[in-house]
This record gives sequence, structure tokens and C-alpha cells, in this order.
Amino acid sequence: MSPTLALSRNKILDSVRANQRAAQPMPTIPHFHTNQPSDLVTAFRESIARMAGVVVTEDVPDLDSFLRATFPGAKVICSAIPEYAGTIKPASFNHWAEASAIDVCILRSPMGVAETGSVLLSDLELHVNTVAFLAHDLVVLLDPKQIVANIHDAYEHPHFKLRPYSVLMTGPSGSGDIGGIVVHPAQAAKTLTVILAPAPDARQRTA
Amino acid sequence: MSSPIDQAKNAEKFLADTVHEQRLDKLLWAMRMRRDAAARLVPEWEELRTLASEIKEHALSHLSDYLTQFEAKATANGVIVHWARDAHEHNQIVYDLLAEQGADTLVKSKSMLTEECELRPFLERRGIRVTETDLGERIQQLDDQPPGHIVGPAIHKTTKDVALLFSQKYGSDPNNEDVAYLAGVMRENTRPDFLKARAGMTGANFLVAETGAIVVATNEGNADLSANTPELHICSVGIEKIIPTMESLAVFIRLLARSATGDTITQYTSTFRGPRKGAAMHVILVDNGRSARLGMNRFWHSLKCIRCAACMNTCPVYRRSGGLSYGSTYMGPIGIIMMPTFEIRKYSELPFSSTLNGSCTNVCPVKIDIHEQIYGWREVMEENDQIQVVKKEAMRVADEVLSHPTLYHIATTTLSPALEVLPHFAVYNRLNAWGKHRDVPEPARGTFHEWYRNHRPNRNEVER
Repeated sequence: MSPTLALSRNKILDSVRANQRAAQPMPTIPHFHTNQPSDLVTAFRESIARMAGVVVTEDVPDLDSFLRATFPGAKVICSAIPEYAGTIKPASFNHWAEASAIDVCILRSPMGVAETGSVLLSDLELHVNTVAFLAHDLVVLLDPKQIVANIHDAYEHPHFKLRPYSVLMTGPSGSGDIGGIVVHPAQAAKTLTVILAPAPDARQRTA
Repeated sequence: MSSPIDQAKNAEKFLADTVHEQRLDKLLWAMRMRRDAAARLVPEWEELRTLASEIKEHALSHLSDYLTQFEAKATANGVIVHWARDAHEHNQIVYDLLAEQGADTLVKSKSMLTEECELRPFLERRGIRVTETDLGERIQQLDDQPPGHIVGPAIHKTTKDVALLFSQKYGSDPNNEDVAYLAGVMRENTRPDFLKARAGMTGANFLVAETGAIVVATNEGNADLSANTPELHICSVGIEKIIPTMESLAVFIRLLARSATGDTITQYTSTFRGPRKGAAMHVILVDNGRSARLGMNRFWHSLKCIRCAACMNTCPVYRRSGGLSYGSTYMGPIGIIMMPTFEIRKYSELPFSSTLNGSCTNVCPVKIDIHEQIYGWREVMEENDQIQVVKKEAMRVADEVLSHPTLYHIATTTLSPALEVLPHFAVYNRLNAWGKHRDVPEPARGTFHEWYRNHRPNRNEVER
């Protein structure tokens, strides 16, 4: 640390200590599970729909056919999941700005949140963080068993203590900055489609 | 020394244009209604507000410990932590980091702190091209105006205003006011800047001491793009934004978007704990008067603010005069109680831009006693001889009336009927500085005391 920086640091901390309030206790934070919905999958679907996200609940036996049918113009399909090849993998991008070439990106989320309709993604699932923001359309696989009730539960996920980057993503990019009218997209993905599909290892377990 | 900002006078221009004034009033009130509807759907809403207030008070009463804990954790995660005492130190740190990176372009997401520090002009004078990537903030940048609202910086502009502005700056169709078209124009013009920029900058909604993380909430995804695309991410954040744990973060995330827009959450709620491989992440912890405010017995509560803007959306003065009239970085009720801590004389008139109706306090998700602080600042201004003679006289009369129950009875029973029949000029005269240009609400059919006597005659007798 440079001498100037150390001086500023110490001056700020001295001033904070001199002005700090008398110690107040930290409250106990409940998870409010008494108010949680009985059907988490339905609650998740309703929540994400309010944020312009789309949920596919029907079985999607052939991912490639689904993607080709849903996004007929897509040329570059980036797959960040092992069970589907796509046309490109995130590891192919040397510079993270190169992800802007992606038409559709497919990912798997380790957790959904019923209260908000959010899906969790981190650098572990994304490999290259920008794939989720520079791709035009996003498709996220989510095991319905991995939907938690609310945000209190969500922040207990180990990603938030282990991963350098994690995002609770809720619908496609949007903005209400012009005239207060909400439109999609703003700067990032134009659409977000969540396919409720058991994780591959879960399928094997039930098979 | 700066002369005081005259918010009422500044608002005259905005009020003269009824299209903008009525539109803003309606739009912000609709946001307030959406906030109410969202809150009603959460049975534990009031409990969450209490928890949020208590967590913030706990964190601010252990601020030095949590700041050093954050520093240690973030450093261990590979983040480089800087400390800036004031705006100049902050701006210099940012410039030095950009210079070291050889970056002459910067993409940044919205940060009220960088507005407070006047970072953009500082960098532009030194040859750095700055692109604001939040749609509303970019509109204000292109129009050479500061933000008019802390959540929707260009909320005071109509679609027509934006269509004209974009046609001048981007060559788009001036007659196309379709919002999706205009957002598309912004997207097309901003995306190349994301891809080329050598550095990106964000603010932060929260700092988490336990994990050394910064948390950023946006709807556009522009903060994630600014932080993730270039190889240098700089985050500027005020020291008061610290909270202890991820567990406590949940309370604030449940309150923030619901209070701001009525949504359950923002589209992107992102946690940055450290840099990606091959990239650098810097966090600048900024004081700029915050530690001094912590020592103000009457006013330290404003440090609990999570910048949701619910107090602005509900404020009748803000809704009908627009954010730019405050002539300050932070505007509306929260601005009124924060700005005098930066420069008392310049912002000495702001505490009078309020009806003291208390609705700002009622909607605040962290329970800041905003209207009481506004009144407190009025007293400070009077004690420091910082206010106009007219307002001083109005305060003296109010003090006199409020401190004598009999006078209060006479005033409320005689004035209300009078408001119905008095000609406009008699109510909106120079002795009512705020009433100028504004209509007061229709008076109640009776005072509370009259209602009480009519409905509880027996108890009334006993209590008297």
C-alpha cells in the first residue's frame, strides 16, 4: 500500500471510530417459511412471467430440435452444458468481448427462486461470464427440485461464498427509463427461456 | 461561497410546462402505488423494514470493524482495495488506474457516488471518453444534464424529448417515439463501446463484510457488461453501504426493488467477490463526508439509505417540481437531509421544499425518520442564520402555534374552511414560499378534534 493510500485509510478509519454510534445488536433474521407458497414450481413460473421470462414445463427430449424450432435464425449456438454440443463452447472465446457473436446461449442453473422467478448463474456455469449478457437469447435448464422458496434460502447457496461472480438473473434485460414504460431488451439478453428439466445425474438416478 | 439553491424558483420553469409536470406527477404516483401493491403481497413486510433498519444501525455502529473485515476478505479474494477521503482522491485513484491500464475509454454503470464526486468531467478533462451505459443516465449525459432521479435518471423526460435527443446525437428518426425503438437505438450505439472499452466501472448497492463482495442491482444488465467485458473493473462505493453478511443481504434485496418500482427483484442482482483469471478488480471505499455525518446526533440516520427513491416517488413537492430543481446530486426528501451535510450554505433552502406530510418516512424501507430530519435541518438553518426572512417568520409562527394547544385549535378550525373560499392569491402569497405555483390539497371536512368530539363524546369529556 502506498504511503498516501495508507494515510487515507487510517484517517478514514480514525474518523469513523471517533464518530461511531453506540453499539447496536444484530437482529436474528428469520427465513419466513410460514408464508412460503405450497407449490414452488407454480410460484416460480408465475414470478418469472411477471419479469417477462418464459418457462417451458413440457419434456424437451431433443434439445437441438427445440432450439432450432424456437430460434430458427440462430447460427451461433453456444453451449455451456456437457450434454449438448451447440456450435461453440465458451472456452473458445479468447477475449470475453468475443461472446457478442452468440445468437443463443444454453446454460444450466443450480438453483431457482420461487419468490422472484430468479435463476442462479455463476462463473462456474458460465465459464465466460459475458456469454449470459452478450448472447441475444438465453436458454437456462433448471431442475425443478432445485427451486427454493425465497431470497433468504437463495443466499444460503454456497456459490455466494465461493464463486468470484454470481448473479440472480430474473427475466431478460429491460428498462423503464424512457417515459416509465418497461421494454425488453435493454443492454443484455433479449429473451430468457427456462426449461424445467431434471439434472442429468438426477435422471440417471431415477432411470 | 456558493449562494443557496432556490429549489422553488428552479421549479418554476418545470411547473410552467404543464405537460412535463403532470406527466411526472402521474408516473411517480403510479410507482408509489406499485410499491404499495408489492408490499401488501409480502405478509412480513413491516418486519423486514424493522430488520433492515436494525441491521443498518448495527452495521453503522460497528462500521470500522466491518470495513476492515471487508478489506481483509476482498484482498484475500484478489481484489485491490483503495480508500478515498474525498471526491478528489477518489477521482485521482480512478484516473491513475485507467492510465496504468492505458485505457482511454471507460464504460460505466450508474453510480450516484460518481455523480457526487463529479468523476465524469474530471476524467474527460484528462482525455478519457466515458460512456454511461444505463439508459436513463446515458440520456442525461447526451443532454448534458445531471440525473433527475436516483433510479430513473431521465424520468422527467417524455418519449418525444428522447426521440428528439437521439435524433440529434445518434441520427435516429425524430418522429419515432416508440420506446422499444429508442431502447434499440441506445443498444446499437452502446454495444460497440462495451466491446472496445479497456476498463469498466460500477457502483455498488451493498458491500458484504463477511465475503468481501460487492452487490450490484440493475435491470439492464449494463453493470454486468461493464464489469465483465473489459479486463479492468473498478467499483466505487460509499463506506456506509456495508452490511455484515449474505444472510442480511437477503433482507435488503427483498425490500429494494419492491420499494423502488414495485417489482419483486431487479433483472440482475449480481455479486462480485473477486476478479476473473487474467483480469483485475479494484474497489474504492469512499468517505467524502460520511464519517463526519456518522457523528451528527440528529442526522446520522440518513446513512442507512439504500437509494430506492421511494421517498421521492411519494413526495408531492418532488413529483411536481422535478429532480433537477434541487440543484443537487441527491434530490427529493433524502436529498434534502443529505445535501446540507456536504455544504450547508448552498443547500440551506432545501429543507423548506417539503410539506412535512411524513409519507417519505412511511415508505422508507430502512425506516429513516426523513420528515423529522427535514424539520431538524430547518431548525439548524435557523440557528445558523442560513434562511430567508420569509421562511424564518413562517417557522416562528409555526413554532408558536404548535407549542400552544389553544392556538393550534383556533388555527386548524378557522384556516381549513377559509382555504375553501379564500382567493388563490391570498393562499399563495410571498409569505407561503412553497405554496407559490402549487395547489394545496382540498381541506378536510373537519379537524381531527372535531371528529373526535362527534364520535367519542363521552371519552372526550373524561379525557378533558
